[in-house]
Amino acid sequence: MSRYLIRRLLITIPSLLGISVALFTILALAPGDPFGELATNPAIPPEVQAALRAKFGLDDPIPIRYLHWLVAMLHGDWGFSFVSRVNVDTLILQRLPTTIAVIGAAQVLALLVALPVGVLAAVRPYSAFDQVVSTFALMGFSLPTFFTGIILILVFSIQLDWLPFVFRADLPGSGLHWWWAEFKQSIMPIVVLGLFLGAAMMRFVRSAVLDVIRLEYVTTARSKGLPERAVILKHIVRNALIPVVTLVALQMPAVFGGAIVTEQIFRVPGIGSLLISAIQSNDTPVIMGVTFVFSCLVILCNLMADLLYGWLDPRITYR
Amino acid sequence: MAGSTPASPTVDAAPVVVRATTRARQVTPWTEAWRRFRRHRLAVAGAVVFVLMILAVAFGPLIWRVQINEIDFTAQLQPPSWAHPLGTDDLGQDLLARMLYGGRISLSVGLAAMVVSIVIGTIIGSIAGMSRGSIDAALMWLTDLFLSLPSVPVLLLLIYLFRESMKHLIGAELGTFVLIVVAIGAFRWMIAARLVRAQFFALREKEFVEAARALGASQIRLMARHILPNALGPVIVAATIDVAAAIITESTLSFLGLGFPPDIPSWGRILFDAKDNLDVAPHWALFAGGAIFLSVLAVSFMGDGLRDALDPRRVI
Repeated sequence: MSRYLIRRLLITIPSLLGISVALFTILALAPGDPFGELATNPAIPPEVQAALRAKFGLDDPIPIRYLHWLVAMLHGDWGFSFVSRVNVDTLILQRLPTTIAVIGAAQVLALLVALPVGVLAAVRPYSAFDQVVSTFALMGFSLPTFFTGIILILVFSIQLDWLPFVFRADLPGSGLHWWWAEFKQSIMPIVVLGLFLGAAMMRFVRSAVLDVIRLEYVTTARSKGLPERAVILKHIVRNALIPVVTLVALQMPAVFGGAIVTEQIFRVPGIGSLLISAIQSNDTPVIMGVTFVFSCLVILCNLMADLLYGWLDPRITYR
Repeated sequence: MAGSTPASPTVDAAPVVVRATTRARQVTPWTEAWRRFRRHRLAVAGAVVFVLMILAVAFGPLIWRVQINEIDFTAQLQPPSWAHPLGTDDLGQDLLARMLYGGRISLSVGLAAMVVSIVIGTIIGSIAGMSRGSIDAALMWLTDLFLSLPSVPVLLLLIYLFRESMKHLIGAELGTFVLIVVAIGAFRWMIAARLVRAQFFALREKEFVEAARALGASQIRLMARHILPNALGPVIVAATIDVAAAIITESTLSFLGLGFPPDIPSWGRILFDAKDNLDVAPHWALFAGGAIFLSVLAVSFMGDGLRDALDPRRVI
């Protein structure tokens, strides 16, 4: 197991490097220059410009610039936000817990909905329940998060006036009252993201259970006289969930896309809304930092899924 | 490890009975697929709706001749009426005209991005599938790398960096269109590539390929003439899903304010403009969001039906 772990960790390094190369290439290929404004500013003499360019290594060939950038990133020097005058890493670290909390809660909600519904649908394939649920799942899958968010705001904030539609990071009050307000403002972002994820996950669960349900060991379990409940919960679901773990991890890039939209609609102060505001104010270091963090999170999720998969499925050999 | 549960009730349909009359009706794989597709009622409905939407946005502006940028401050934020069937926005612009125009953009972005992603995916998948060893491994590493890039942040980054220069190069409308289509396509080809590679692996040792090779067919001819046509089924299904995903991605970008500029109202852009007036003019957001939802749903149902019709073994 530990050799598998080490091997898997080692595979992660080239992926991370690959992603950093990809991001840096995009940045290097892009037209425009961080000193573009200096060049047009007549108050700065050309010698000073040239000295500045040399100091920041802008005239070096691209591979050298990449190495400089990589070394700086590894040292934790992620640059300096042009707009808020704070180091990029502090800015991201401030916002990251909110994003992870929203995504985590949405995943939990999605699992709570998708697991029972998907299993029930697969236990009786092509029954009325299955057809209705599958149709709804396809609809949930086709409803973009920004549209569900807007509909929820229309119904629950504007028509019914039950829930606030702007997320506040600085809620006043304390104790039980504070928790209740926090809960109320978190419902809609989490539900929007959770239902979108749940719809896709339900399809995964259903097809995974369908794959397992007709296998011979299930028939054996039934013929032993086990109650149907035990057969489903102990024999079928356990094995069906193994591929679902991988599929959930593969879904992570889409989840981050959904999280950015949700944070933007409800103004949740996470790294997704940080990315959007950074783009609007041309804050390149922050944009690069956030994109890199998102990529790292995806890779981390894949790594966790692989490790979990190896632990859940004893048939996997730890080569 | 699939058991005997069919992937869908329609796939195990009775085999085609070739009539024993002197001249049997010729059943090509395509007529067979069409027959199976027709059985999937929701898929047929999806196809009808999607075709109707394409016809509406293609010919609608010829019939409904209101300009999309005709500003009328006496008719701001009006609910639907006879003069403005879908109401008006905050500048008094007619929403029906804007929706029809926006549909042209949203649907053509979806279709064009699909073509880009399928072409890239098919090329990379075929190369990986025909070559063994290091080329295949390198291409698959690249595919996995792209699969683990979070597409929305990277797309936002791409558009942020290249938007201005594309505008200067070929104009605001075409520039944004090309940029968005290429960017979406460049981050959606991975699934097609994997499918094509898997099909190549399954097909390249088959007898008919062996026979063609024995007859002296070149590598290119083997790929283009013998293997690719047989790998088409899953690719068509992937293409349908790509159309839906591209429509959603474009509206997401526009909704975040980073897609098309305000004077080019794609559906996502209309929704972006509408979201600040939800309390006074909910119709504005509902029509735009509803159009996105309906088109994506129609394409998804079509994809479901096509999967059953073309790809009974259900390759994911």
